[in-house]
Amino acid sequence: MRKTFSKYAVPLATASVLALALSACGGSSGGGSNNAATQNTDGRGPITYVQGKDNSNVVRPLVDKWNAAHPNEQVTFKEQSDQADQQHDDLVQHFQAQDANYDVVDVDVVWTAEFAAKGWLQPLTGSMAFDTSQMLPATVKTATYNNTLYAAPQTSDGGLLYYRKDLVPNPPKTWDEMMSMCSIAKQHNMGCYAGQFAQYEGLTVNAAEAINSAGGQIVDSSGKADVNTPQAKTGLNNLVQAYKDGNIPQQAITYQEEQGRQAFEAGQLLFLRNWPYVYNLAKTDGTSVVKDTFGIAPLPGMTDGKPGASSLGGHNVAMSVYSKHKATALDFMKFMTSAETEQFYATQGSLAPVLSSLYTNPTLTAKLPYLPTLLTSIQNAVPRPVTPYYPAVTKAIQDNAYAALKGDKSVDQALSDMQSALQAAGAK
Amino acid sequence: MSTEVPARTRAKAAPKSSRQMPGRESADRKQVTQGRWASVLLLPTLILLAVVIIYPVVNAIIMSFQKDAGLSSSGFFVQGGFAGADNYVHWLAQQCNGVSCPPGTLGSQFWGAMGTTFLFTAITVVLETVLGFWMAVIMARNFRGRSVIRAAVLVPWAIPTAVTAKLWFFIFAFQGIANTLFNTHILWTGSEWPARWAIIISDTWKTTPFMALLILAGLQLIPDEVYEAAKVDGANAWQRFTQITLPLVRPALMVAILFRVLDALRMYDLPAIMTQGANNTTTLSILVVDQIRQGFNSAAALSTITFLVIFIVAFIFVRFLGANAVGAATSSGKK
Repeated sequence: MRKTFSKYAVPLATASVLALALSACGGSSGGGSNNAATQNTDGRGPITYVQGKDNSNVVRPLVDKWNAAHPNEQVTFKEQSDQADQQHDDLVQHFQAQDANYDVVDVDVVWTAEFAAKGWLQPLTGSMAFDTSQMLPATVKTATYNNTLYAAPQTSDGGLLYYRKDLVPNPPKTWDEMMSMCSIAKQHNMGCYAGQFAQYEGLTVNAAEAINSAGGQIVDSSGKADVNTPQAKTGLNNLVQAYKDGNIPQQAITYQEEQGRQAFEAGQLLFLRNWPYVYNLAKTDGTSVVKDTFGIAPLPGMTDGKPGASSLGGHNVAMSVYSKHKATALDFMKFMTSAETEQFYATQGSLAPVLSSLYTNPTLTAKLPYLPTLLTSIQNAVPRPVTPYYPAVTKAIQDNAYAALKGDKSVDQALSDMQSALQAAGAK
Repeated sequence: MSTEVPARTRAKAAPKSSRQMPGRESADRKQVTQGRWASVLLLPTLILLAVVIIYPVVNAIIMSFQKDAGLSSSGFFVQGGFAGADNYVHWLAQQCNGVSCPPGTLGSQFWGAMGTTFLFTAITVVLETVLGFWMAVIMARNFRGRSVIRAAVLVPWAIPTAVTAKLWFFIFAFQGIANTLFNTHILWTGSEWPARWAIIISDTWKTTPFMALLILAGLQLIPDEVYEAAKVDGANAWQRFTQITLPLVRPALMVAILFRVLDALRMYDLPAIMTQGANNTTTLSILVVDQIRQGFNSAAALSTITFLVIFIVAFIFVRFLGANAVGAATSSGKK
């Protein structure tokens, strides 16, 4: 017995001591270290720009262009994976480690508040001030937390209504008008309307659009949950009723962006809510039977003359508080959001600009004919809730909207549960 | 350090005994030196294990007793401080701030996820065991092209799970192969039981080969003579199966089932990709990953709970059902 004990005593003791020692240093993390925000604000030198996978080769030419003009302030491009969740987690890990090498980062609009509240993003105030006066106001809102600008809008995205202009000469202006056109779809033995109704982020986008278009809101201007209202009920009920009536085909409850696009391109849908990326694909895809027979319009609203309120996609560019060369970083952020760069984003990567002037630029509209419609969409857009608790908020919205759509619970119950879940999300 | 103390005492005691028993000393010393050498040689492994296993586990447990960061009045996250057992109460009692967690929060899903996880585990392991056994019995026979069959059977197992999940996601799409083939209009990923069956079918397809191979290994250990003797004694095929094959393959079978159960209890990729956990297909692992994005400390509590659950299941298997995955090594070590 004793022998066995002594044999294992050393390694065991070592292991446990090591574990304790290591766990002791692993304890603390995060926290709003506001000191870092005041340091290195005039630092200049090489920096790193971090962004998700550069699929259409937009970032590299821009970085090369910057580097040619700034030999002493070279930018290194760090490319992340193409999965949004992985990009998010990668940023969190590096910020937690207070990595000074993640100087300028590209953040999804819905992460901005979380990173700002963690104290990781440099507030763009004082000597770091950033001019957003030329940018679309809704995009600036996604970068603003607690009345402070924490990031610069870089690209945007808004919902469009794709419709069959051969069957519906004039696109519907209101939701009710669109529903009344569903008889046309029935005559042609096709589905009437679809969006993204599977239970994932896309449903949050679509439910928020329905609620915002009907004059409701998910959170009020101070960030408090405010979804249990008659307006919100009208909005969500529109979707629920349409699904019940069959105006939204039953399989649409499994649709993400791609399934909806494929159904529309196969001629199975009269109306589709989707992002601008569908435009070029529906025009050029070999399998698309609607190449010349589809049109685009702003999302339908409640009343004529007021288009629907789109949710916003897109990315913001932000600066880490741990950066050693913030003056360079700020210059680079300005470069990445300049009119010239924005135009390059649009032509090279089909990424919607944040500067309103570009939406009427003839060179751009020739290449991307949907831009003027998209401008209307983004001008009427309401960002998804800007909150540090976004993952919990989106879950509260999609879980309950999904249950209401499927008829598992009434719209009233769904909204009241959504309200409670939003409150629980913010308070926990 | 502490090895030296008993080693020294033994060295002191050795001369005394050597008077009576010459030759014992050298054997004893040899044993001691060997023991010390063994410790030294094992040390790197143990340190590595401590770093990659003990440290994360201990740290997770420590974290699980901390509150998640909350917002200060100025809108920044601040450390939550000591939480006591709050995080555990949050999950086990499904309490959010003193009230029952409303639908649409992760907290409200804990027991549902626990049930789903065990449901998936029970059904998939039973299906995989039965089908795997059947495949193993076929593969154990001698016939032309046996090696080709064996290789072919392995294909589903060799495909990465994420790819499998995407594959079945397309098969079970509304206009996918499954509905077209059977001329049905089932919303596979849009309603509760079809979604669960879709996941169960995919998992069975993927993991049955693993079961089959483990069982096959067990089957091949049974000597042919036993069967021949049984035949001579007049046992029919069914009797040979129940009286010889089953009891003799049982050790290998139990280990295979143990592995599968532990694996199925932490199922993540298939439901995560096929349904994103919608329609009550959220497993404990999906819940943990979702929670990590909302707060590390609660997630640490949840993963500790998951760890304990899996540990208890493994314990029951090894202790009561005789799945001897580790015992074989220890018993031979004692000799």
